[in-house]
Amino acid sequence: MNAPTASPVPPPVVEIHDLTVAYRRKPVLWGVDLTIGPGKLVGIIGPNGAGKSTLIKACMGLVPTQGGWVRFWGRPFGEVGSRVGYVPQRETVDWDFPVSVMDVVLMGRYGRIGLFRRPSRADREAARACLEQVELLPYADRQISNLSGGQQQRVFLARALAQEAEVYFMDEPFAGVDAATEASIVSVLRTLRDRGCTLFVVHHDLPTARQYFDHLLLLNLNVVAFGPTAEVFTAELLQRTYGGRLTLLSEVAQALGAQGGPR
Amino acid sequence: MKAGRETRGGGGSRRRWGAARVATAVLAAALLLPWAHAAAPAGPDGEGLAQVWRFLRLEDAAVRHVVWGTLLLGGTCGLLGGFMVVRRMALVGDALSHAVLPGVAAGFLWNMSRDPVAILVGATVAGLVGTAFVSALCRTTRLKEDAALGLVLASFFAVGLCLLSIIQRLPAANAAGLSHFLFGQAAAIGPADLRVMAIVAGVVVLFVVALYKELVAVSFDAAFARSQGLPAAFVHHAFMFLLAASVVIALQAVGVVLVSALLVTPAATAYLLTRRLSRLLVYAALLGAVAGLGGAFLSFLGPGLPTGPLIVLVASATFGGAVLFGTREGWLVRFWRQRAGVGQTRRENTLKSMYHVAEREGFAHAGITLEELATRRRQTVEEVRALGAELHRHGMARLERDLLSFTPEGRRRAGEIVRNHRLWELYLTRSANFAPDHVHDHAEKIEHVLGEAAVRELERRLDHARRDPHGSVIPSAADLERSNWGEPGGRAR
Ligand SMILES: Nc1ncnc2c1ncn2[C@@H]1O[C@H](COP(=O)(O)OP(=O)(O)OP(=O)(O)O)[C@@H](O)[C@H]1O
Ligand SMILES: [Mg+2]
Repeated sequence: MNAPTASPVPPPVVEIHDLTVAYRRKPVLWGVDLTIGPGKLVGIIGPNGAGKSTLIKACMGLVPTQGGWVRFWGRPFGEVGSRVGYVPQRETVDWDFPVSVMDVVLMGRYGRIGLFRRPSRADREAARACLEQVELLPYADRQISNLSGGQQQRVFLARALAQEAEVYFMDEPFAGVDAATEASIVSVLRTLRDRGCTLFVVHHDLPTARQYFDHLLLLNLNVVAFGPTAEVFTAELLQRTYGGRLTLLSEVAQALGAQGGPR
Repeated sequence: MKAGRETRGGGGSRRRWGAARVATAVLAAALLLPWAHAAAPAGPDGEGLAQVWRFLRLEDAAVRHVVWGTLLLGGTCGLLGGFMVVRRMALVGDALSHAVLPGVAAGFLWNMSRDPVAILVGATVAGLVGTAFVSALCRTTRLKEDAALGLVLASFFAVGLCLLSIIQRLPAANAAGLSHFLFGQAAAIGPADLRVMAIVAGVVVLFVVALYKELVAVSFDAAFARSQGLPAAFVHHAFMFLLAASVVIALQAVGVVLVSALLVTPAATAYLLTRRLSRLLVYAALLGAVAGLGGAFLSFLGPGLPTGPLIVLVASATFGGAVLFGTREGWLVRFWRQRAGVGQTRRENTLKSMYHVAEREGFAHAGITLEELATRRRQTVEEVRALGAELHRHGMARLERDLLSFTPEGRRRAGEIVRNHRLWELYLTRSANFAPDHVHDHAEKIEHVLGEAAVRELERRLDHARRDPHGSVIPSAADLERSNWGEPGGRAR
């Protein structure tokens, strides 16, 4: 545990306390509380507009908050920024931008390279290793405009890996990727978790959410439930999260049925 | 033409710069020539030539100021314009350049003279206030950026125009040079202006070189850059500040109305020439400098020629050149590539028909008659004679009266095409679940573009199958090597 504090009990990896975010006074997150330790793979689940992306952006200091705070290892984001990684939704950037895959992945290391300096050989090696992990090494020199959606998603993942962070926030990394790619991304996430990283992953598919994540955060304006998947993935809690919408409910019922109900 | 050339056909063509832009470029070229001509005999007895000479010798201090000034302002605007174009901020440049006008007037009013430093400060501040308005409007209202930009552009410009006309009526003011800020006059660049330009250009280059990595990261994904602890806000604001300053140093030579073209056009040209950002920026800076210098030179040729429009026209002409002659996706290159492709496909199809005829005869004869080929292709003998003659010209076949025979090169290529076709048909039916009667048309296209490596891979995947879905023999590489059917002279009929 690398939290350099005086207290004998190390502070939690992520602690969110009474976090409130509003866009033009309309609250989209309301009093979110959450505490988690190292080595956890957490799925963030909730309907469209539940505030999942907003929660991630608030944790990364990208949107102003109305109240509450977020601490990493007991410290504010500004002091530990380079140890916290971010995989935004793919649509947030212009994929016609004239840079290569390698250039984008190297951006993951800019935080640690420091101002005014150019990426070193070691940085390039690290970036290559990350591309290898997401099976994109042959594409290293391609322009990003020539990539498919799933490849773009993996470029973002590789960029985050290159950062060698200890906490990751990923906004829908599985959106628009095929089954094989999804499987390989999941295995990358699990490797990270086994190394002690804590990952928050926004995910929309309930049946697979149950398989992939050891913890789930059910979110809709505030935290409906947060805990180990086995305890939280229940029909009742999911219904509360999704507000009783029929299609989703039936999906949940199916998921529960397929796996023999909550353990 | 070598086989396999075609495989590189059109890699993701983009048409971001549409017809309007091209029309501008053509218009530019059309306008430039007569102007240059008209300028030459301006005044009595070759005064135009004397002017050219005066410009080229660079001995005149005024000329040196113009040359250095336009080089600096063109290069600076080109460099920053490169970032603007890749960030899709071209319209911001337009708004910025109009928004500076009130600042120009204010800078003049400061001490009632055309002091470059006062004007630089006033105009830069006005420009930044304008862009701040735009982002405030976007943040606090439901307006989108384009509407906010248009609004701010027009109102700031209007304020500037009012102030300028008031200044021109002021009794005390020596407002002679102020109209240059509207339409541009490079000859007005003096030593004091040049000093300011050199400082701005130096700071811009230093900024881009020192913070290149951060600039690129912020341009591509500002949120991620911020999350990485990069000084995203500082980089952005510094960029906008330098952009405003660059616009201002270009004002005198280019004029408020057209200065945004100096930001966009060289960068757009560079965008067509390369896909790497670092090169794009260098090209944009160079093209901007060339445009500045070229425009200044042309305006020097005759009295009263406005520099701004000429600089923009030179930039547009180079853009037109890139659209037409660019080696990457220029229109000519595309046209030739397509034409070459069409011709090659036609020849390969003729070869294939020859192969089919020869195959039906069990490769018993050295050549085939034009009549057989015509029957096979359902064409007239005259039509296939033209096709045969074309193969003859390309060294693929020999045409002797009515007899057509392969050259070794043509025989090899014919075999390859037939092999590619049949392999692909087999692959589609076996591995991609196509019905046998659906595969022919696909194979007709693919056969011309399969490279050797792809063929090896196909053969491997299909376990070196010998027959296609319709039962015809697939010629293997070994067959192609061994066979000597179709040599001339072996046919007796
Ligand atoms: N920039 C913004 N300005 C105003 N409102 C916003 C903005 N971004 C998000 N919102 C609102 O905040 C709420 C939460 O949005 P958020 O993007 O966090 O949802 P989400 O859970 O990520 O949804 P999705 O599943 O669709 O990605 C939505 O109601 C949305 O309309
Ligand atoms: Mg979202």
